[in-house]
Amino acid sequence: MVRIFKLWLAVMAACLITTLSAHAELTIEITQGVDQPTPVAIVPFKWEGGYALSEDVAKVVNDDLSRTGLFKMVKRENMLSFPSSQAQMYFRDWRVSATDYVLIGRIKPGKGDQVVVEFELYDILKEQRLLAEQVSAGSANLRDISHYIADMVYEKLTGLRGAFSTRIVYVTAKQLGNKRYRYKLQLADSDGARPRTILESREPIMSPAWSKDGKKLAYVSFETSRPSIYVQDLATGQRQRVQSFKGLNGAPSWSPDGQKLAIVLSKDGNPEVYVLDLQRRQLTRVTHHYGIDTEPSWSPDGQSLIFTSDRGGQPQIYRVHLASREITRLTFEGRYNARGRLTQDGRFLAMVHQSGGTFHIAVQDLRKDRVEILTETSLDESPTIAPNGSIILYATQEGTRGVLGGVSLDGRVKFRLPASEGDVREPAWSPYLQ
Amino acid sequence: MRAFNVAKAAALALSVAFAAGCSTTGTTTDTGSAATDGATDNAATQSVGVDSGVSGKSLEQQQLEALANLRTVFYFDFDKSTVQADGMADLEGHARYLSSNPNVNVRLDGHTDERGTREYNMALGERRAQAVARFLQVNGVAPAQIEAVSYGEEKPAVMGHNAESQAENRRVELSYVR
Repeated sequence: MVRIFKLWLAVMAACLITTLSAHAELTIEITQGVDQPTPVAIVPFKWEGGYALSEDVAKVVNDDLSRTGLFKMVKRENMLSFPSSQAQMYFRDWRVSATDYVLIGRIKPGKGDQVVVEFELYDILKEQRLLAEQVSAGSANLRDISHYIADMVYEKLTGLRGAFSTRIVYVTAKQLGNKRYRYKLQLADSDGARPRTILESREPIMSPAWSKDGKKLAYVSFETSRPSIYVQDLATGQRQRVQSFKGLNGAPSWSPDGQKLAIVLSKDGNPEVYVLDLQRRQLTRVTHHYGIDTEPSWSPDGQSLIFTSDRGGQPQIYRVHLASREITRLTFEGRYNARGRLTQDGRFLAMVHQSGGTFHIAVQDLRKDRVEILTETSLDESPTIAPNGSIILYATQEGTRGVLGGVSLDGRVKFRLPASEGDVREPAWSPYLQ
Repeated sequence: MRAFNVAKAAALALSVAFAAGCSTTGTTTDTGSAATDGATDNAATQSVGVDSGVSGKSLEQQQLEALANLRTVFYFDFDKSTVQADGMADLEGHARYLSSNPNVNVRLDGHTDERGTREYNMALGERRAQAVARFLQVNGVAPAQIEAVSYGEEKPAVMGHNAESQAENRRVELSYVR
């Protein structure tokens, strides 16, 4: 029953961090939730050790679940008691305070700096225990344990796999002075906590993309004063320039098998989509058109790419089947649809959609061909979808600053991740890790 | 050797042009609005190695002086990659200098405003830089003298989100190399 938590990040943190300067810490503000959220209480976990713990596990779990907008979290001051074991659970007390589910837990010191966390989830109406599990890890990794517990609770209550244990990367830009900027590629937990700088440059960094195993990033960096595509191994920090032709080298997207990158090159005069086989160093041109072809992204089955093209006069999203090279136009509503991303089931297309003079995040149901605009702010861009398809993160403007926003795929839940400094942009959500 | 000196001198002369440029940029935006909050940002920051190697030759001197008065930032209408008409004469001036100095190279950095997606804007920025490159070529500059690089919306000249700032950001910046 004891699960050993694989903490790849602990290793990562040790070997890859080159710079640890002031981080743009992201904090979450929920701006809109569902109408009838389920009431859930996350009781403070009992700590049985002699030293102070670095994290309040119950609080991290509470905040994760709160951010989904699906739950109404019971405040600690409104809890009649803080049970930490089954014997202390009085269902009637929770029923009178209209709580549907209660999570309790206890933390014990283990060997060395290890801790053992036990947690139990209860259905108050049925008076049933839904979960009882034990997790152990280094005491420095309590946040990882917390996200894991949140994933378990979320899955139990929604039937959907949780994505709290995933990571995000994003780019920050700060103006230092006259035409001088500092760009950073940052890696953080899915809730924005524990940001780390994995690349810093005075020249622009853009278009970060995760490999499907979550071990590598591809991105564009102008560090040579021209755009080139790099691949960086997260565990070792090793990076490699994989493409630097004359002109554009941009918009990398990993194939689902991790062997290839779809990229954009303009070496033949105008932007075209190519597929680069990373092992064989073989480059295959996919599009042939004098217009702009860019922003490729793989379909989850690896059979096709979606991309943005102005071949019809205005930017719209197309799909190219890789075997037959057959091209199909996917978007028809509005004059500007770009930078599409597909959900894992391939059914929904998240994209940047212009309506009126402003840019919003929209989602198109490819089965029903219905488009729904999800955001009201302007200048919304760079949608990235959580691996469980629940939330789209995107970049938007708040006042004069770039911030990240989140919206559920059905548009019911919205939140903000404002950063404490600089412009935040181009979020990219990792796949499931481990 | 001589051409190299000319190039250096040109760069020097241009840095003067850059410094003077901030007073003229306001009038080059399509909206015609003068100095917005960040207009001074248009002054160049690259420090150019000061080299006193110009030996007062009159023709070169004249060319350089003419060059120093030319603007180096060229503006575009929204979603367009045609240089605004008021920049044409100055571009022709650069073309004249480059075609008579075939060893001098120039770099064209294409930029867009913040509207639209980032990678799509990379493509638009490249279109603008290429439009300027074609204009220079038509006016006698060899393709090998020109490099076009797009920065998309990644390096705005000014930070604002209003129409004036966006107009100042839709630009191609011309700079002499070495």
